[in-house]
Amino acid sequence: MNAKSDQIKEQFETLEQQKSADRLGMWIFLATETMLFGGLFFAYTASHTLHPHVFSEASHELEWNLEFGNTAVLLTSGFTMALAEIAVSLKRRGLTTLLLLTTIFLGIWFLVVKGVEYVDDFQNGIVPFIAGGYFYTGPSPEIAKLFFNFYFALTGLHAFHMSIGVLLLFIMTTLAWRWRDPDKLTRQMTIVGLYWAFIDVAWMVIYTTLYLLQQ
Amino acid sequence: MSAVTVPDVKRPPHFPEEHYLNNSFSLKSWLTTTDHKRIAWLFFVALTFMFFIGGAAATVMRLELLTPAGDLVSDGSYARLFSTHGIIMVWFFLIPSIPNTFGNFLLPMMIGAKDMAFPRINLLSWYVYMLGAGVLIGALFAGSPDAGWTFYTPLSTQYTDPATIIAAVGVFIVGFSTIMTAINFIVTTHRLRAPGMTWFRLPLFVWSMYAVAILMLLATPVLAITLLMVTVQHWLGIAIFNPAMGGDPLLFQHMFWFYSHPAVYIMLIPAMGVVSELITTFSRKQVFGYEIMVFSMLMISLASFFVWGHHMFVAGESVYSALIFSVMTFIVSVPSAIKIFNWTTTMYKGKISFDAPMLYGVSFIGLFLVGGLTGLILAMTGLDMNLHGTYFVIAHFHYIMVGGAVTAYMGALHYWWPKITGRMYPEMWGRAAAIAIFVGFNATFGPQYLLGVAGMPRRYHTYPPVYQVLNEASTAGAVVLAVGYALPFCYLIWSLRYGKIAPPNPWGATGLEWKTASPPPPHNFEEPVMVTDKPYDYIKYDAEHGEWQGRP
Repeated sequence: MNAKSDQIKEQFETLEQQKSADRLGMWIFLATETMLFGGLFFAYTASHTLHPHVFSEASHELEWNLEFGNTAVLLTSGFTMALAEIAVSLKRRGLTTLLLLTTIFLGIWFLVVKGVEYVDDFQNGIVPFIAGGYFYTGPSPEIAKLFFNFYFALTGLHAFHMSIGVLLLFIMTTLAWRWRDPDKLTRQMTIVGLYWAFIDVAWMVIYTTLYLLQQ
Repeated sequence: MSAVTVPDVKRPPHFPEEHYLNNSFSLKSWLTTTDHKRIAWLFFVALTFMFFIGGAAATVMRLELLTPAGDLVSDGSYARLFSTHGIIMVWFFLIPSIPNTFGNFLLPMMIGAKDMAFPRINLLSWYVYMLGAGVLIGALFAGSPDAGWTFYTPLSTQYTDPATIIAAVGVFIVGFSTIMTAINFIVTTHRLRAPGMTWFRLPLFVWSMYAVAILMLLATPVLAITLLMVTVQHWLGIAIFNPAMGGDPLLFQHMFWFYSHPAVYIMLIPAMGVVSELITTFSRKQVFGYEIMVFSMLMISLASFFVWGHHMFVAGESVYSALIFSVMTFIVSVPSAIKIFNWTTTMYKGKISFDAPMLYGVSFIGLFLVGGLTGLILAMTGLDMNLHGTYFVIAHFHYIMVGGAVTAYMGALHYWWPKITGRMYPEMWGRAAAIAIFVGFNATFGPQYLLGVAGMPRRYHTYPPVYQVLNEASTAGAVVLAVGYALPFCYLIWSLRYGKIAPPNPWGATGLEWKTASPPPPHNFEEPVMVTDKPYDYIKYDAEHGEWQGRP
C-alpha cells in the first residue's frame, strides 16, 4: 500500500473516503437542522390552525416588501457562495477571496435589514415581550401575540444561524487569503457552502409562510 | 471471520506491550484524546457519577415511601427528588449509556475501523455532555427542578422553581452531545467499514447503534427546539405555549412526546443489540433470523415515531387519534416480539453457559417481556383511563428502562470488560450481582404493578395505609437492588488491579473486536482487516478452534 498523504486523517484510507465522509456528516447535520426548524414550523402550523383569521390579519403587520428585497439579497449571497466554491476548486485565490467577501457583505446586509425591520416592529407596536412594545389594534390582540411570538422565534432562530454562517465565512476568507492548502480549503468550502445553502432554503420557507402566504 | 492473525491462545495470557491505556498517562492525554476507546472511558466515568446521583435521589424516595406518612421529606422536596431522578436517569444516564460507552468503544472495532469518522467531534460530544451535566448540577444547587422530568407547560414555565428552566437548559445542551455522537455513528458505519464488511455482515450491535443513531438524529432536535421554546417563554416572555395568548399547552405535550417516545427506543435498541451479542455467544449458535433481527430493529425505529399520542390518552386527545395511536402502539410491539422469539430460538438447542453476561442477557429477555406486555395494557385506551398516572405506569417503564436498558448495560459491561481493561472480573461475584439485580429489581417494581392496579397515584409522598405492605416490599427490594449495583462498582474497580489477565478472546466469540489484543492497541488492529464470513458463525468457529472450554 502506498504511503498515505498527510491530507488524509489517520482513520481513513483514501482521500475520496474522507471527502465523502465529511460530506455525509454535513448532510446528516443539516437533516437535524431541518428537524430543529421543523419543530418550530410544526408548532406554528398547529397554532395557525387554531386561529387562522387572527394569524392572517396579524401577518399584515409584517413588512413583506422590505423582506422581499432582503430575500433577493440572501439568494444572491447563495449564488456568490456557489461561485466561490467553483473559484476555489479552480485554484483562483483572488477571485475566491473576493467572492467570499461579497457573500459576507450580502449576509451582513441581510442581517442589518432584519434589524431595521425589528426596530420598525417595535415602533409599530408588535413586540409583545418588551414593555411598551405592544399596541397592536387588529382583531384579538391577545391571541395575535402568539403570531408575533412565532415571528420573532422563527426569524430570531434564523438570524442566529446566519450569524454563525457569517462567522464561518470570515474564517474561510482568512484561510483563502493565506492560501496555504487549496485542496483542503476546497473541501472545507463545500461543507460551509452546504450550510449557507441550508440557511437560504430555511429563509425561503420562513418568508413564504410568515410573510407571503397570508397576504 | 477475518484474516487477522489470531494471537496464540495456548500462550499464557499477557498484556500487549503497547495498548491504548498505556501509550500515555498524563491527565492532558486523556482530556485531549481523540481515541474512541478513551472517549468511551471518559463517558463511562461521567455516566457512573450521574447514575449514582440519580440513584441517590431514588433511594431517598423509596425510604420516604416506607411509611404512609410524609415523615422524611416534604411534598416539595419529594417533587424535587423525583424530578431530579427522572431528568438525570433519562438524559444523563440512560440515553447516552450504551451508545456513548460501548458504542464508542466497539463500533469502530466491530466494523474493522481505526477510529470514528470524526474523532474530534467525538471528543467535543463529551465536553458538551459535561457542560450539560454541569448546568444540571448547577440547577440542583439553585433549588432543583420540581416539575417532573417531562417539563409540562404551563407548570414548568409559570408555576415552578426557576431551577426547572435551568435544568431544561442542561437537557437542551446535552442533546447536542447526542446529535454529535449520532452523526459519528452513521457516518462511521457508512464510510469506514473494513473491506468485506458488507451491511449484512455487520454485528447486530452495530445495527443497533445505526438504528439508534437515526432515532437520535430525527428526534433530539425536536426536543431541543421544544425546550428552547419553553426557555424563551420563561426568560424572555416569547410565549408559544401560553394559553392566555391562544397558545396550546397540549402542543407542548405532543412535541415533547414526539421526542420522548422514540427516546424510549433510544434507550432500548442499544440494549437489544447488546443482548443479541450475549445470547448468541453464550449459546454457541448463530443468531436465529439475522436479517429479521435487523429489519425488526429498523421497523421499531420507524414505527416509534408514530406512537407518541399514547402518552396523552387522558390529556385531551380526540377519540380517533387515540384509536390510531393505540393501534400503532400494538403494531410497534410486533417487531419487539419477533426479537424475543428470535433470542429464545437462538438459545434453543444451543450449548448454553450461564456466565455473568449471559445471566444479564436472559434476565433482560424476561424483564423486557414483562415490561413490554404491560405496555400493551397501557396502550388500550380504556384501561389506560384507569391506570394512567398510577404506579402501574411507573412499574411498566422501569421494567423497560431499568429491567431492559440498565440490565443490558450491566451485561455489556461484564462481557466487554476483559476487552476494555485487559482483565477478567471475578466470575462468582459477577453472577451474584446479576442475580441480586434480577431479584431486587423484581421485588422493587413487581409490587408497583399491584399498587397501580389498586389505584395508588404516582408523584405523592404520602399514601393511605392500605398501600403500605406493598410499598414496604418495594423498598425492601430496592435495598437488594442497590446492593446489586454497588457490588459491580466494587469488584470491577478491584479487578482493574487484581483481576486475572484476560486473553484476547475469553468468550470464544466471533466478532472482530475479539481478534485483536486485550486491551486493544491504539489503532485497534495491528494488521489490515478483511472480512470474509457472516457474523456469529459459531459452528465454523468451534470447528476451527475446538469447542469453547468456558471462561478462562
